[in-house]
Amino acid sequence: MNKKQHTPLFHVSKRGELPWYLSWGIRVGAVALALLVSALVTNLLTGENPVKVFVTIWKGSFGSARKMWVLGQNVAILLCVALAVTPAFRMRCWNLGGDGQMLVGCLATAACMILLGDKLPNWLLIALMVVCSMLAGAVWALIPAAFKAKYNTNETLFTLMMNYIATQLVAFFIIVWEVPKGAGKIGIINQQTNAGWLPQIGPSKYLLNIIIVAVLTVLMYLYLNYSKHGYEISVVGESERTARYVGIKVGKVILRTMLLSGAICGLAGMLLVGGTDHTLTTTITASRGFTAVMVSWLAKFNPIWMVLTSFLLVFLSKGGSEVASGFGLSTSFGDILTGIILFFILGSEFFINYKINFRKSGEKEA
Amino acid sequence: MFDLISFIPRAIMQGIPLLYGSTGETLTEKSGNLNLGIPGIMYAGAISGVVGAFFYEQSGGTSGFLYVAIPLVCSLLGSLLMGLLYCFLTVTLRANQNVTGLALTTFGVGLGNFFGGSLIKLAGAEVPAIVLSNTSRYFSATLPGADKLGWFGKLFMSYGFLAYMAVLIALAASYLLKRTRVGLHLRAVGESPTTADAAGINVSKYKYVSTCAGSVVAGLGGLYYIMDYTKGIWSSDAFGDRGWLAIALVIFTIWRPNVGVLASFLFGGLYILHMYIPSGMNLAVKELYKMAPYVVTIVVLVISSMRNKRENQPPASLGLAYFREDR
Repeated sequence: MNKKQHTPLFHVSKRGELPWYLSWGIRVGAVALALLVSALVTNLLTGENPVKVFVTIWKGSFGSARKMWVLGQNVAILLCVALAVTPAFRMRCWNLGGDGQMLVGCLATAACMILLGDKLPNWLLIALMVVCSMLAGAVWALIPAAFKAKYNTNETLFTLMMNYIATQLVAFFIIVWEVPKGAGKIGIINQQTNAGWLPQIGPSKYLLNIIIVAVLTVLMYLYLNYSKHGYEISVVGESERTARYVGIKVGKVILRTMLLSGAICGLAGMLLVGGTDHTLTTTITASRGFTAVMVSWLAKFNPIWMVLTSFLLVFLSKGGSEVASGFGLSTSFGDILTGIILFFILGSEFFINYKINFRKSGEKEA
Repeated sequence: MFDLISFIPRAIMQGIPLLYGSTGETLTEKSGNLNLGIPGIMYAGAISGVVGAFFYEQSGGTSGFLYVAIPLVCSLLGSLLMGLLYCFLTVTLRANQNVTGLALTTFGVGLGNFFGGSLIKLAGAEVPAIVLSNTSRYFSATLPGADKLGWFGKLFMSYGFLAYMAVLIALAASYLLKRTRVGLHLRAVGESPTTADAAGINVSKYKYVSTCAGSVVAGLGGLYYIMDYTKGIWSSDAFGDRGWLAIALVIFTIWRPNVGVLASFLFGGLYILHMYIPSGMNLAVKELYKMAPYVVTIVVLVISSMRNKRENQPPASLGLAYFREDR
């Protein structure tokens, strides 16, 4: 009996390593496509000519000197959080708690500024702020890490929950410290004395943060690629069993990496409160802990590329807000654009890692 | 004096969106997809319903049936599209689930707040705010006789139809997962897609269907919140972090929707507990009470991982993409 053979129209197989120019070509193509779709969506909603929309998006970030500094500051803080979560991700440990770790860093900084603002000389206060914020962030990351190392508790969900505990903790202290009583907010801390404010260097108060994060980026790149710790992280990420076999103490690596992760998140919080915002709110982090996950992943966990991806995301959200506010629409428009771009880049990874083999007509079954 | 008769219905009303969200997420996670986009999907479900209802109210419709059907269908479609998007990216294109989920949340929350904030302007309508009181009247209609039966009516009959539907869907999902062949296949896909594939189960199909069904169910939670709980009034970010709480609830119930019915009411109660606890003048302490649901979730997460019982673990392949040719 002759049974008819069905060959599927196409089948998918894994690709080997693509040359870098091809893989980045695909990514750039995806971004271009995404921008096209964004323009179309904007056009549908506002009826504005897409070219003009892009000009507005551009103006949202580069329209004035002040806007460029704000852009730099936002990129720096986002990049800092992304740098923080990256070592954990390289270990395949999904630290989604960047937000909470940053928030407790903010809290620790604000606590130092409020409680010790008039008791310590400024340099000592700032040193204390750095130490306390990093310690707070580290503790916030160590709690899930300890359970992950000991009982293999799911760190994705644990760190996620820690975010909201941090939010409520901050809400609690905001009411404790509120100025004036009953206002429900803290306002600018040490407005008169400027105690605990990071010193301004150069033309803008944002410059110091940008420099610190730039240095941190290079250090993180070296740490991940050229240090023994970085190597151990990669091995644990590739295969926990291999790591155990070659004598790496997996639990210790998890604890150490999460400690680093949390400490840098805490530092990001310090830069935000001590450097620029000088206040404390429950939404001060603006969900950067989550955005950082995407920044880090888009850059394939490479600190240098992260400069680019964090710029892209900040640029889009600023531009989206600019377009929306120009038309009197909600500034959440930026989030929609960000979403569209991310979906396209996420999808494009498929074409980098896999190849589609179409059925060739007349091909004989082997 | 703690007023239980007024506390419990409010706790239940808080719990219903969480129940929808967690039932949906449980269905999704059982197929091995960790959909962190649930908060976004719930926003999308809510705003789609709002858009549908808004245009119907603006057109001056009078049919009671359409007042319910239009928002419901719009909401289902909205969350279905979100679910399909997630599936296409993670199942067909095998993108990273955590990142896709977070992107979906950014997108969905943005979508909700954008249309919630700009719908009036976009539609050129002359109203100051989105107040869908006509639609909400149908959605929050209680069972007949709820106000005549004293405490019994208040506790059991004072909710809109979506609340009862939430309980029914949760029980049905629980039955489906535990007692039917489809449920068995679904769990197999979540535990070990390779084994399931070898047994002749279409892994992609199960992942698609269960994730989309999960999204639709979760989206209803958003719709319930807007149409019933807030009486049809949209305000930016009002839905808050309930989506994440729904994901917490999944862990809390150890992936059992039927447990979710009571657990969601408990969470709802914990969510509003701070309003009922007499803390004197100290408002700050109330903020600490709001931590309760998250702390409880962490405790459950830790205890279940410490006891390490096999039936209490997350699906084994949770968060991993499946590619047949992988080893």
